[in-house]
Amino acid sequence: MSAPPLKSGAPPEGSATLLIFCVIGAFLAIVGAGVSSDPIFRLQFETIAIAGVIAAFVLNGKLAGGTLVDQPDRYSDNVIKAGVIATMFWAAAGLLAGVVVAAQLAWPRIFYFPELGFLNFGRLRPLHTSAVIFAFGGNALIATSFWVVQRTCKARLGLGITPWFVFWGYQLFIVLAATGYLMGATQGKEYAEPQWYTDLWLTIVWVAYLLVFLATIWKRKEPHIYVANWFYLAFIVTIALLHLVNNAGVPVGLLNHRSYGVFAGVQDALTQWWYGHNAVGFFLTAGFLAMMYYFVPKRVERPVYSYRLSIVHFWALIFIYIWAGPHHLHYTALPQWAQTLGMTFSIMLWMPSWGGMINGLMTLSGAWDKLRTDPVVRMMVVAIAFYGMATFEGPVMSIRAVNALSHYTDWTIGHVHSGALGWNGFITFGAIYCMVPWLWKKPAMYSNKLIEWHFWIATTGILLYIAAMWVSGIMEGLMWREYTPQGFLAYSFIETVSAKHIENIIRTIGGLMFLTGALIMIFNIWKTITMPTPETAGTQSADDMPAAPAHAIA
Amino acid sequence: MSLWKHHANFERHSLLLIIGIVVVVSIGGLVEIAPLFWLKSTVEKVEGVRPYTPLEQAGRDIYIREGCYVCHSQMVRPLRDEVERYGHYSLAAESMYDHPFQWGSKRTGPDLARVGGKYSDSWHVDHMIDPRSVVPESIMPPYKFLAEKELDFHDIDARMKALRVVGVPYSDEDIAKAKQDLVAQADPYSTDAIDLRKRYGAKVVNRDFDGDPNKITEMDAVIAYLQMLGTLVDFDSYKAQAPENRR
Repeated sequence: MSAPPLKSGAPPEGSATLLIFCVIGAFLAIVGAGVSSDPIFRLQFETIAIAGVIAAFVLNGKLAGGTLVDQPDRYSDNVIKAGVIATMFWAAAGLLAGVVVAAQLAWPRIFYFPELGFLNFGRLRPLHTSAVIFAFGGNALIATSFWVVQRTCKARLGLGITPWFVFWGYQLFIVLAATGYLMGATQGKEYAEPQWYTDLWLTIVWVAYLLVFLATIWKRKEPHIYVANWFYLAFIVTIALLHLVNNAGVPVGLLNHRSYGVFAGVQDALTQWWYGHNAVGFFLTAGFLAMMYYFVPKRVERPVYSYRLSIVHFWALIFIYIWAGPHHLHYTALPQWAQTLGMTFSIMLWMPSWGGMINGLMTLSGAWDKLRTDPVVRMMVVAIAFYGMATFEGPVMSIRAVNALSHYTDWTIGHVHSGALGWNGFITFGAIYCMVPWLWKKPAMYSNKLIEWHFWIATTGILLYIAAMWVSGIMEGLMWREYTPQGFLAYSFIETVSAKHIENIIRTIGGLMFLTGALIMIFNIWKTITMPTPETAGTQSADDMPAAPAHAIA
Repeated sequence: MSLWKHHANFERHSLLLIIGIVVVVSIGGLVEIAPLFWLKSTVEKVEGVRPYTPLEQAGRDIYIREGCYVCHSQMVRPLRDEVERYGHYSLAAESMYDHPFQWGSKRTGPDLARVGGKYSDSWHVDHMIDPRSVVPESIMPPYKFLAEKELDFHDIDARMKALRVVGVPYSDEDIAKAKQDLVAQADPYSTDAIDLRKRYGAKVVNRDFDGDPNKITEMDAVIAYLQMLGTLVDFDSYKAQAPENRR
């Protein structure tokens, strides 16, 4: 805060520009929707127009009413509060979509509706994956990164109103992507389904996010950039790179929702899995490791186990991850040299992954007793354990001989869910259980008992889910390659489908349990927020002002 | 050890940290992906692979729209059981005009790389309207609406132009006659089909794929696409062991 404090009542920097941007954006979207003869394009641009109009009205009202006031001497916590609420909202939506698609596979006669084709598996599954990865995971990453970068730099978020633009811009991206899938707007590339205009919008939002993050780092009062911020930075920068390359395409027309990617066939396949695997590596790993590096030490009040280990595993992790994509393409028409390289680096990846796990777990040295007393610590430790398990299973599955069996089967689905539910889900829940009382100035969560319930229901759900997928995946892999003594294939394909019926039911139950846990958490957060705030918030005040000595472990 | 002290440079200078990250994450992609664009051995030379006809491309767009790729792969691996179950293993050349590729990552349903010609058109119609009417244990969603919805192909020439920009070798004539070609392929009595075959090859068949002669539906397009999948390459002339095809 080198600048003198602004006179009270001044709105955050850039508010007027954002208002103009919203108005122009809404106007262009209305024109686009009006001129286009493509029904999907029209609906998507009407959505943009509505978002722009609402944003302009709200912003204008706040500016005119003088309620939008910059507070340069305090941390920007309201945008993080919004991020926490959005994270939990999308968690419920994304997990519900997952339960629905699981139920469709278990009971196709009940959960498919011939008259409602947009609710078919093919459209809902991308909705589920995008909702949990990008909506739930993305909001968790943005919210926690805004918390962490402010506390570890002892600086308020940079660039005035821009953090709010990042938050709402990202929600618009999610809504466009999700409604687009239901209408049938998709590029047909896994985890990169949104169409060209949605991709362009995300690019704008993402650049703004990077700039906010950097501007905050540039204002820091600590000489060193804390380790969690290295991981956040690697995540933001690399995701931008992956997004731009993998989504390079040519729209059919400026008023047409459809586009075709510039790559074809084998080159497209490797570009896609370079993207796809590093969405795992940088979105779901690097970003969430950043969460671990802040919230675990903070919660157990111990320093990070090894500074040197964090350096080594950071650089090794981001270097090696990028190579691992071809293990998604074993035995395909991809040249074998590329497959071998991908497999080699995937196995090497085991080490830096476990470097992160060890650094996280060993941070509990001397505080292991908290596992018994604090369910939030237990949740985060189990998250790290799942991380360790998934990053061991991954290298095993990347071995060509293993992959010959596991590829195309439910084993892969079980693997990603042990990572996504166990690691990403639990570390996020842990971080949010930490942040909610801090943000809303409460002594603690409303109920520790409910956190216990959440933990046990969700953990049991994960175990049911992944065990069912191991069984069904290995079973179908073996059945596909089973021969009779006479040398004929033993099973028709459909026999392998019906053999998985019980496992499909168990996975639905497991998913439902995980969703139940998240709903319990939402209730608990709601009760915490509406709890009366204690008058003496003295213990929390140090966390409010950048100038005060923060006790972050940097 | 002094080496650790040097790391402080990255921790104190955010731009240096970003440069470090960008350099480190770029190496793998450059070494692995970039050569695929100039190594000629990446895609084999085979006879028969051609761009999709307008009707097939429209069907492919629907295949993508419905997310078929989340359950069906289009990539037969060179493993004994797969070759016996599905047919000859897939070649890179077979998807050289696929924007995007549809190799898939999951087989909740069977592989479709060589589904062309395996079932009759009317089986496909029945199967897509109600999968459980022909395969009782199937868990596939019903696609009844495809049979009812008329195919929207007002922009098919624009789609082919966009595909040409990204490298699919459509001629000016192909694009000019896109709509005529599309209508011709869905009509068993069309005389324009001769012209269609002249440009897309003798194997292209024109017929009423969905059995409904009154309109061209989305079902027509999807079945036209499914029935040509994996049928293009002439495997009699393809020599897998020839030096130029060994990778």
